[in-house]
Amino acid sequence: MYQKRPDITQNKDWKLILLYALIATLGLISIFSVEFRTNDDFLSSILAFKKNYSKQFVYLIASVVIAIFILLTDSKFFTATPNLLYFFGIILMIATFVVGKTVNGSKSWIPLGFMNLQPVETCKIFTSLALAKYLSRSDTDFSKSKSQLIASAICFLPAVFSLLQNETGLALVYFSFLLPMYREGFPPVYLVTGSSLGILLVLTLLLTPTQLIIGLTILALFSINLLKRKIRRKRNILTAIVFVWLVSLFFVGIAVPFLFKHVFQKYQTERIFSMVGRDNPYDTDVNTDYTAVATDNKKPKSDHENYNVKQSKIAIGSGGFLGKGFLKGTQTQGDFVPEQHTDFIFTSIGESFGFVGSSILMLLFLALLLRIVFIAERQRSTFSRVYAYCVAAIIFFHVAINICMTIGLAPVIGITLPLMSYGGSSLLTFTVLIFILVKLDADRQMILR
Amino acid sequence: MSVYNESRKNVIKLVFIGLFVVIIIRLFMLQVITSKYKVLAEDQGIFRKVVYPDRGIIFDRKKNAILQNTNISDLMVTPNKLKGIDTALFCKIMNIDTAQFKKRIVELIIKNGRSRPSVFESLLSEEKMAVISESMYKFSPAFYLQERSIRSYPYEAAANVLGYTAEVDTGFLRKHPGEGYVAGDYAGMTGLERTYEKVLMGVRGIEYWKRDNKNRLTERLEQGKYDTIAIAGQNVFTSIDIELQELGEKLMKNKLGSIVAIDPRTGGILAMVSAPSYKPAYLTGSERRKHFSELFLNPALPLLNRTVSATYSPGSTFKTLQALIGLHEGVISTETRFVCNGAFYGCGSGKPMRCLDFGTFDLRNAITVSDNTYFANVMQRVINNPKYPSSQAALTNWDNYMYSFGLGHKLGIDLPSEKAGNIPTPNYYNKVYGMGKWNFCTFRSVSIGQGEVDVTPLQVANEMAYIANKGWYYIPHVVDSIEGGDKFGQLSKYKKRIRPTDIPDSIFNAVHDGMQGVVERGTGAGAKLKDIVICGKTGTVENYFRGIKQPNHSFFCGFAPRGNPKIAIMCVVENSGRFGGTYAAPIVGLMIEKYLKDSITDKARLDKIEQLSNLKLMPSRILLEIKRQDSIRHMKDSVYLTNKRFINAIKDTVGLDDDQPDKDDWGKMKEGRSKTPNSDDSTEFKQKAILLPGKKNHSTIKINPKKNNH
Repeated sequence: MYQKRPDITQNKDWKLILLYALIATLGLISIFSVEFRTNDDFLSSILAFKKNYSKQFVYLIASVVIAIFILLTDSKFFTATPNLLYFFGIILMIATFVVGKTVNGSKSWIPLGFMNLQPVETCKIFTSLALAKYLSRSDTDFSKSKSQLIASAICFLPAVFSLLQNETGLALVYFSFLLPMYREGFPPVYLVTGSSLGILLVLTLLLTPTQLIIGLTILALFSINLLKRKIRRKRNILTAIVFVWLVSLFFVGIAVPFLFKHVFQKYQTERIFSMVGRDNPYDTDVNTDYTAVATDNKKPKSDHENYNVKQSKIAIGSGGFLGKGFLKGTQTQGDFVPEQHTDFIFTSIGESFGFVGSSILMLLFLALLLRIVFIAERQRSTFSRVYAYCVAAIIFFHVAINICMTIGLAPVIGITLPLMSYGGSSLLTFTVLIFILVKLDADRQMILR
Repeated sequence: MSVYNESRKNVIKLVFIGLFVVIIIRLFMLQVITSKYKVLAEDQGIFRKVVYPDRGIIFDRKKNAILQNTNISDLMVTPNKLKGIDTALFCKIMNIDTAQFKKRIVELIIKNGRSRPSVFESLLSEEKMAVISESMYKFSPAFYLQERSIRSYPYEAAANVLGYTAEVDTGFLRKHPGEGYVAGDYAGMTGLERTYEKVLMGVRGIEYWKRDNKNRLTERLEQGKYDTIAIAGQNVFTSIDIELQELGEKLMKNKLGSIVAIDPRTGGILAMVSAPSYKPAYLTGSERRKHFSELFLNPALPLLNRTVSATYSPGSTFKTLQALIGLHEGVISTETRFVCNGAFYGCGSGKPMRCLDFGTFDLRNAITVSDNTYFANVMQRVINNPKYPSSQAALTNWDNYMYSFGLGHKLGIDLPSEKAGNIPTPNYYNKVYGMGKWNFCTFRSVSIGQGEVDVTPLQVANEMAYIANKGWYYIPHVVDSIEGGDKFGQLSKYKKRIRPTDIPDSIFNAVHDGMQGVVERGTGAGAKLKDIVICGKTGTVENYFRGIKQPNHSFFCGFAPRGNPKIAIMCVVENSGRFGGTYAAPIVGLMIEKYLKDSITDKARLDKIEQLSNLKLMPSRILLEIKRQDSIRHMKDSVYLTNKRFINAIKDTVGLDDDQPDKDDWGKMKEGRSKTPNSDDSTEFKQKAILLPGKKNHSTIKINPKKNNH
């Protein structure tokens, strides 16, 4: 097979690149709107690189450069080096414990001089590649539990390090690798059970037990009705549904209230509820001297998180149907939303462009995800497909948790909004993730293992 | 392998789409359905800054500003900029100690936060302003001065007419809902400030500001797109002659009483003196907190506008009206004569009304010498007039005359707290004595303006204007016109000439003759001027306080010049003793001279002004009360109790109860003062005193046999 000088534009999925560019530009504009004030001098603040938006602009240019660089790389490089890269990533994670810098209470950053690198972010790329490599090996039989175990280990090793670095949120991202594994034949029971439990847990925080019990009962009756015919043939299904329903009821109606009332300390319960921006609805009878607890700095933190979500909801909610207009958001301009340029960047869209703008952004992300799935399914090599699903899963997890966090549907865990949140580490990671996929996709006719 | 699991891609797609649908539904709920967050956002993100326009200026008849605005400064502080300030020096300049300083700063931080400027001290006095502005540069930017507009009174006069503004309280807000007042606003509380509040206050503007998370105002919302502009209050032109007013206040110094001067041609008030008064500047700006309670508790009631809120028996000034009624009813003619041989015996034996001048009088002379017997006879004839079936009908007829002369009801002047006075009605006597069990003799002292008759000084002055005009008057008013038009229709009623009865000029001429005689050769000679013909009438009004007879009130009312009346005036000096001609007449004479000649230059007259001004006629009971207050002021708790009745008494004047029903407030105060009916001075009216709460003042009045009414 002879190779000519590679044409960078050839076979590229322009729809994906366009979506990438759109979302990244929107991100830059949002960061700009968070920081810019009408009496600022536009040009000088851009050129001084003091402002976040001018820095983000630089990161964006760097991303473009790296993207071109990736597109010029031979795609065989990505199939050849995953193990080495994964090893390198693990080394980086370990190195963090030694040379790491503490930012916002988590020691997960390596200072590089011009920017701070967060290895757990970068490791997502390496893990994706390593997982793809492992699953695409000809001697891997993914229906065997041994292979499933090894694949899981590859995915969760960086997460363990991340947990040790006190970055719970970023560690949770590694759960997204369950999705490509599911696609490759991982038994769905774990996935369904796991995510159901997760959803149920969040719902117990968001709704009252009564509401939940009613909802669960309706859901059970609905599924019995739906599976009528199957039940006639197999009685076990009915038993299973009733069993699951009973367990859920126990969980929601007895176990959770019991936990909050009798097991957790008051401040813990409050803290958990504050993560979704709610006040503690339970009277805890674990009598703890409140002032003593407050000295642990737990109380201020819980207030702090509660405040974040409340302000975030106020900013988004006040946007209304069409929004207040670009640079006209009073909540944004008044700096009411903490961390608005990073984790809560969505609030500036929600406030300025309202329901219409937020929905369009959501649809853009959905389009991006569905496009990636579409690309994944057209791959001939398992490696490329698994990798593509990894990318989709990571982006999905980030978007879902981040947006749900800002609108009070998920606990506040520091997860960025892909391509939009301020920060070089996050932007470069997603750029690399996406453009490796673009490169692999461009070479999908080649035989890649 | 991939074929085997390919259907799972649909599950994955479904999960993706499902979650995004959930998110979009949630966004719809947050952004479109719920309005809670919009309200919360506005509350914290937008600040409505109220812009207060300048209040309107009040001018006198010669276009001198008598109430205007001046700028005064608030000392503002921004707590988070305090670092590096020389606190010790600052405290020294401000004359506070450091502990106090810290306390105030902490309070402000709690109230407004660290980064927002708050008022450290509002309305700096002139002295403090002088010291602090010198060294302001040392304390900036943490401290700065912010100007604000307050009311200022260029003349030290007319305090009670102009009134004052004060911060609105909850009671005010309850009474005036929907008028846009919020706590902290200032509103006119008394005088013209109150009556013309709507006109003077202008239209407040609202600026919308963006506010940040540290409670700082950052910039205007959308460059002021939603702002409304403040419109300054309208200027108001009054008929007050400020120089005449000043002279009046000077003459009434150290006395209780009032002067009301009206231009009979227009009904405009020329001067309205209520003594004692106060420096109007005492109740504006930083002075207010120093002086208000002192004025409020002063037993001489400086905050009371006596010209409209105090009522007195009119005494002999009433005789002019009795003459008009008698002549118009035809029960007497100008030539009718009655003999006075020491007293009025028209009611048989018992206690007769005395007269000083023995002899026979016709109407003119009777007015001139203020003959009691004559007017007792006149009223007896009016009441016992065979034209009417009963005394009751005759008295009703008499009442109607009095009402038409402007007595017994509020005139409707543009000042708050006006009292109606009282004219006794048949119903009243029926209640007291029983149906039909009374006759003229029962209330014969009414014929000479004692007993149940009550009038305000304003009503007497208006009655003079009515007589001067020979049968018509305009409702007395202070404000002539409003710059930019009378938008609230407050002035229209003052433009209508009121001609209540058709009494022919000849009758008025006869009364004028008598009144001219009063000044030229009768009891009111003290008012006489060289080249101006004054018609006047004196009154010496007997009165009681808690049943104890007090020195007489000195009354004088009149108008001038007779041929072309330009001023109708009345003066009362409370408890001055002696006769109406002694004090009130010379005061009126000077006032008329000042107004008609524009200035008084004659040395003798100037001396007269000084002499009258220096005359101290404050009743001893007031002086005693002040002394008593001072002596018990040390006992903190008892202060309130001691002054409780004064508080009650003043409530209507300083409060806002201008819509109170008639005759309860001042009456109550009198009632409070005269709780114990007098035993030794018990009279035929004593019985009523018990039966009629609220009317006890006159109840104990009886005609003193030793003194005649002049």
